[in-house]
Amino acid sequence: MKSIKTWILVGFASLLLVACGQGGGGAGSKKSKTLDNTKKAGFVKCGVSQGLPGFSNADASGNWSGIDVDVCRAVAAAVLGDADKVKYTPLSAKERFTALTSGEIDVLSRNTTWTLSRDADIGLTFVGVNFYDGQGFMVRKNSGINSVNDFKDGISACTNTGTTTELNMRDFFNSKNIKYEPIAFEKADEVVQAYDAGRCDTYTTDKSGLAAQRTKMSNPDEHKVLPETISKEPLGPVVRQGDSVWEDIVRWSLNTMIEAEEYGVNSSNASSLKDSDNPAIKRLVGAEGELGAAFGLDNDWSLRIIEQVGNYGESYKKHIADTGILPNRGPNELWTKGGILYVPPAR
Amino acid sequence: MIFKKFNIENKKTRDLIPQVATILALLSVIIYFATNAQINMGNRGISFGFGFLNQEASFDITFSMIEYDGSHSYGRAFLVGLLNTILVSVIGIFFATIAGVIVGVSRLSDNYLISKVAEWYVEIFRNIPLILQIFFWYFAALRALPLPENGINFNDISFLTIKGWYVPKFIWTNFNIFLLSIIAAFIAIYFINSYATKQREQFGKQLPTAIISLSTLILVPLITFLFFGVSLTFEYPVLKQLSPTVYTYEGGVSIIPELIALALALSMYTATFIAENVRAGILGVGKGQKEAAASIGLTKNQILKLVVMPQALRIIIPPTTNQYLNLTKNSSLAAAIAYPDIVLVFAGTALMQTGRAIEIISITMLTYLTLSISISIFMNWYNKKMAIKEK
Repeated sequence: MKSIKTWILVGFASLLLVACGQGGGGAGSKKSKTLDNTKKAGFVKCGVSQGLPGFSNADASGNWSGIDVDVCRAVAAAVLGDADKVKYTPLSAKERFTALTSGEIDVLSRNTTWTLSRDADIGLTFVGVNFYDGQGFMVRKNSGINSVNDFKDGISACTNTGTTTELNMRDFFNSKNIKYEPIAFEKADEVVQAYDAGRCDTYTTDKSGLAAQRTKMSNPDEHKVLPETISKEPLGPVVRQGDSVWEDIVRWSLNTMIEAEEYGVNSSNASSLKDSDNPAIKRLVGAEGELGAAFGLDNDWSLRIIEQVGNYGESYKKHIADTGILPNRGPNELWTKGGILYVPPAR
Repeated sequence: MIFKKFNIENKKTRDLIPQVATILALLSVIIYFATNAQINMGNRGISFGFGFLNQEASFDITFSMIEYDGSHSYGRAFLVGLLNTILVSVIGIFFATIAGVIVGVSRLSDNYLISKVAEWYVEIFRNIPLILQIFFWYFAALRALPLPENGINFNDISFLTIKGWYVPKFIWTNFNIFLLSIIAAFIAIYFINSYATKQREQFGKQLPTAIISLSTLILVPLITFLFFGVSLTFEYPVLKQLSPTVYTYEGGVSIIPELIALALALSMYTATFIAENVRAGILGVGKGQKEAAASIGLTKNQILKLVVMPQALRIIIPPTTNQYLNLTKNSSLAAAIAYPDIVLVFAGTALMQTGRAIEIISITMLTYLTLSISISIFMNWYNKKMAIKEK
């Protein structure tokens, strides 16, 4: 019995060690501890996915790219003056929130859906949306399934654990009164392998994810994504609760990219627009106002974002459209062009 | 009185001081980290509590031994995961033991081919990381299975496909009476055996206990079928078409491929270690014992069964207990291939949906601890039973 007690004690001790190993970052005073730490370290600690083409994906030599990666690059350009000063930490869906709340990363930009419970319950704050997505289904083309209405009792569906997709899937099949077999894997690569091999009849996740993962299949042309969208999935960057300055920096780094597209400011023309007639553009490129001072940055922070990372449209075209993942911007078009991308004015 | 006893000169007291100091130091470290965690969690707006266990889980699980769907609570989901962990551990331990004993004995065989095959088996399977073996059985071996419409057909009652192994479902009426009859049969066998032992020790009579026990075990339940309204029918799996090219089976029970792959990998891997324990145990029995047994005319099988094994077991059991514990803990690798064990369901999905990392991880740790300690206690009891009894 004595040894049991000892073990329980040791177990608890090591547990608590894990729980509080990372120092306390960010009781909300006016100064930002996260910003100070980032400047001291010389890089932005950014959490990304373990490989989702178009969003965050590493090439053979370990260089990360994608629209989620660009959010972190924008923060680095604004805070440190160099978009390349980012340390990427690939995280599974399961690890991501703990990594953020424990201070291992300072920005989580990993196709994460903004929901009430995540925002309110677990010490996180969502700062915006960089991709409006929705959950869909992929099936084999020869299956004869052309719509979600063709699903019947006994269908097996593969997905990832710990994502909103697992919950949406249940809501959807329940509402249709279909008995289904859910098979949930920890990593996306294993879902793809299992679906590809025929373990499940359909693969469900965010539609952008389906489009991206389809490129990894042994024969992408054999698969198709069904037209229906069964949920809202606004994906966006997340920060820890309690450091409002850092929160604002990340939010406005993203907003700057979107606003720059709205005003036609891009990486090649930004510096030449310093003497533009439009005050909104002048504010964007740092020629007017003292906007950076609000979060302790110099006035060129937004210019650096646009010059080094580009505007949202450039980022989307480079990572999502030109790679063939989703050539059509759909809801992710600016509000002025029929989409729903709308950010508060930078003034 | 008590102060009189508290004397630094006293050896007992002197021995006690460092122990008390260590415990105090340990306690203060725990308290320090606990308060620290509390403050940090407070700063970040994270609450602590176990109330979430009663909330609706709202996610489904592929495979469950008890009734479960997403409308049940997180607590129920925990139970589903726990039972699945226990299921795969029990299956794994069962097959690992059988395979381990066969391979261990085979390695000592005089037959060159048999002993070499056993040796190669041990060397290959114990030297490849378990996670790779799990992936191998799941992604390579099981993927070689056909789609449902071309399933491997066992006499039209069972089908092996990539979506699982579909077997007939047992449908009982009056199952309780049947269960009681089995328990009654076991109690009867216990008394028959102790009676037979008495007869042998007191009067030297040999009763055919094996035959009597076996017939009791068959006859008693059989009587319930004839007179107490117990009956058993089978529900066979039937191929069902979901769309022009998508098929599945309806009815029967589906043993999911994740369970098959995991149980296979765990038992194949652990069997190698058990085989080595068995070999060590048998070699550990003195040569003289075997020679003495041979000299009184026992056959090779009799020597193994009556002389070598009872002594070898004492050497085999303690390290094998370790292997059983390892197997149970290794079953947590299930998450990699979507077998819904406690790690995938509770420390995975439930953790991510609730965000309660500290609560969930501590519950999961305590659960594994309890499982391991239960196995230890059972094996220690068995070890004591097998130990030499001084008469």
